[in-house]
Amino acid sequence: MTEPIVNDLTIQAATVNGSGSQTANLVLTRAIFHMGIPVAPKNVFPSNIEGLPTWYQLRITPEGHMARSDKVDILVAFNAATWREDLKTVRPGGAVIHEEAYSTADARTDVTYYPVPFAKLAKARIQNDTLRKQLANMIYVGVVAGLLGIPWEAIEHGVKRQFLTKPKAVQVNLDAIKVGYDYWQDSFSKQDPYRLEPMTGAVEGKVLVEGNQAAALGALMGGVTVVAWYPITPSSSLCEYLIAYADRFRVDPNTGEKMISVVQAEDELAAVGMAIGAGWAGSRAMTSTSGPGISLMAEFSGLAYYAEVPVVIFDIQRIGPSTGLPTRTSQADLGFVYTLSHGDTKHLVLLPGTVEECYEFGRDAFDYADRFQTPVFVLSDLDLGMNLWMTPEFKYPEKKFDRGKVLTKGDLEKLAGEWARYRDVDHDGVTYRTLPGTDHPAAGYFTRGSGHDESARYTEGADAYARNMDRLARKFESARQAMPAPVIDESGRKVGLIAFGSTDAAVREARESVELDYMRVRALPLSDEVARFIARHERVYVVEQNRDGQLFDLVRLALPPELVDRVRSIRHYNGQPIPAAAIIEPLKQQELVPA
Amino acid sequence: MSTTLNRVGLPRDAYKGAATTLCAGCGHNSITNHMIKALHELGVEPHKLAKMSGIGCSSKTPAYFVETAHGFNGVHGRMPALTTGAHLANRQLIMLGVSGDGDTASIGLGQFMHMIRRNVDCTYIIEDNGTYGLTKGQFSATADLGSVQKKGAVNTFQPIDPCAVALALGCSFVARSFSGDGKQVVPLIKAAIAHRGTAILDIISPCVTFNDHDGSTKSYSWVKDHEESIADVSFIPFFEEVQVDYEPGTVRDVQLHDGSHIVLKKLGEDHDPTDRRAAIQVIEDGRAEGHLVTGLLYVDTKMDDFATTERIPDRPLMDFGEDDLRMNREEFAHFMSEFA
Repeated sequence: MTEPIVNDLTIQAATVNGSGSQTANLVLTRAIFHMGIPVAPKNVFPSNIEGLPTWYQLRITPEGHMARSDKVDILVAFNAATWREDLKTVRPGGAVIHEEAYSTADARTDVTYYPVPFAKLAKARIQNDTLRKQLANMIYVGVVAGLLGIPWEAIEHGVKRQFLTKPKAVQVNLDAIKVGYDYWQDSFSKQDPYRLEPMTGAVEGKVLVEGNQAAALGALMGGVTVVAWYPITPSSSLCEYLIAYADRFRVDPNTGEKMISVVQAEDELAAVGMAIGAGWAGSRAMTSTSGPGISLMAEFSGLAYYAEVPVVIFDIQRIGPSTGLPTRTSQADLGFVYTLSHGDTKHLVLLPGTVEECYEFGRDAFDYADRFQTPVFVLSDLDLGMNLWMTPEFKYPEKKFDRGKVLTKGDLEKLAGEWARYRDVDHDGVTYRTLPGTDHPAAGYFTRGSGHDESARYTEGADAYARNMDRLARKFESARQAMPAPVIDESGRKVGLIAFGSTDAAVREARESVELDYMRVRALPLSDEVARFIARHERVYVVEQNRDGQLFDLVRLALPPELVDRVRSIRHYNGQPIPAAAIIEPLKQQELVPA
Repeated sequence: MSTTLNRVGLPRDAYKGAATTLCAGCGHNSITNHMIKALHELGVEPHKLAKMSGIGCSSKTPAYFVETAHGFNGVHGRMPALTTGAHLANRQLIMLGVSGDGDTASIGLGQFMHMIRRNVDCTYIIEDNGTYGLTKGQFSATADLGSVQKKGAVNTFQPIDPCAVALALGCSFVARSFSGDGKQVVPLIKAAIAHRGTAILDIISPCVTFNDHDGSTKSYSWVKDHEESIADVSFIPFFEEVQVDYEPGTVRDVQLHDGSHIVLKKLGEDHDPTDRRAAIQVIEDGRAEGHLVTGLLYVDTKMDDFATTERIPDRPLMDFGEDDLRMNREEFAHFMSEFA
């Protein structure tokens, strides 16, 4: 037997969608995390309720790599329809736990097979008829626990944690896991090198959070009071979490009244429209969508930009164009969202790269929206939004809300009513607004998406139009300075790399193999730092998860001509979260192979 | 008249807006004047009013009344979404939406229907002329079958009747009127504002430029010849006393949520405005006989409005701050620990 491989392996469970396998996978994840071992789960699921194949990758590394691995060490083959293809993904020397009925007679011989009669065991040992199908998945949790040496105590913790709100389900699931655990002990001797051992120091103070959970919590702490949404994968869970959190934290226990309204709208047009109406009336308001939904929000986004109404729009990106692959990840909305709507429209876009930033940006987006009186987009993606990520616990906000330039009744009295909605008093492009309901005769004004002068009156005047557009551009420049700065990790290397969003995980891992300086951009418009970073490097690679190099284009547009040729593009766009190898390989080809 | 102060101490002029830019004789301008009269007589405080609209000739009109109130002229067919959001943010505002037949019955039909479904507390006035005026006279979806365009084209499609749609959806207030019938429009506007829930008021409002000719069923002359009012409408606001000077059995009295009364005086056959099926029948009968039925068709004063269903407090949501909206440090720490 070869050298043991400890705490450094990738498990892939290939199962059937809708069969309860996700619960089994999460129990396994939480059990291993409880051992103090870093975990990075990636759920690859179909756009389907029941029956299509689904895969759950659980990557385990002592370093805590969070990116997807493109190598499978241990396959749990639980889907007859895909098992032959799944087998091809296992690395030589890997292990395969499979349903005994799947024949390995003519299969590859460079892996270790552990055939388990899952169906027979489930029939014989699980008494609960209605839950048998679901609980059958738990049997493989037991087998994997036996194979890798996961202590029973960790399994118990995993089950209890997973069924936190359903304690009655704990024992029946543990019983099912025990069936697999015992089967392993009774039937197999260890033939492969993989094992797990408890660690200390790697996960202390860390929690497992989905990006959509984090964003929902951020919005809650950011003071959102009106939420309008339309269900769409992979964004739905953000609002569903928000509903659950609001039921817990925003209900007056005495009256049952809610300090929030969450509306499931009739479509994305209405969803963003309601949020804009609420933002106009002074609420912190948001919507969340993805893919087709963001396309539908284009017209309203232009209104909010031009009429200068604060609103927060989460876009949890999935693969397009059109319906695309609804359950696969992507970073291909960047260019579209940046200028969403017709005419000269430019938006503020926050680009969270970690779940912690999903929380922070989800919260601070409301400050940016109020401060700059404009839509703020938070561009997350399916990988970040729907997978569990290991993260430091989030911090309690120390800052008060920044409600921006709002004139109250008292302010208007001091001004003797002398103000104009779109007059640039402070020369930063950001003007003062009043909210409906302000009890002063000068407070009211007419908000419109048609041409308007400083006093919000209708005009088709050429000068008034151009002046207003110039001011909006000035406001955009003010925002550029205020948006989150790029994160730079630099030590004088010749080659640099720029990325954004969930690509961060793969970049961090790639940097262990390739010497690179790194800048992660966190907002649009791009910071002036970008050009300076490129000026300090001979070559800079822009890595992103879309076909056309959308950030690559935006970066080049931000550069003086002499720097443009320094920038190169690395793109990954197959719907699977980018693995480090997708960065390392092209870099090696371009940097290490002599020309 | 213009110097008469209302109950909040304002003259009628305080309810005026910018000069209209619509065509002379446009029905919408009459409705604007009815609006000014209704709002003045009701004593609506301008700062509490939110004037909402979509796109089209109708949607320009909120600029022409109560200039000191906030208004929002949004995108085509989406006034209901903006109104719903603004109302949720601040339910103390009086939401007054003005839309047209293109805005409502074509591009915005979905939002129109869903607003009704939720029973959002607002007044929704449709300035209905059966034509697209700003784009020079195309048929709208409320144009009657066989109606003739100015240049002779004949409409070949069935009309969408906003009142019939609203009734089918169980809208809590449905009325129809005619821009030239101020005696009826003004009390209906007042009643719509006093009503808690979505109040649909479809006002036939002839387009003098594109749809006021022979062969049109939205012209001044056609409507004058074919209007059939189901009852005389009067409105008695909560701050005035009801004085009954009608013979018993000749009037119906509907009390609204705020204590106001709608008093309906029978004209022909008795119509019970709380009977939704009867309202549908009245519309269908009018259509079969070639009449335009006007008046208060239906009202349900008991239905919960959206904000009540949503259980949001009377205090505007926009008014809450950090201390109300953020969980405290201890709650946050406990919440985070649940993710371990």
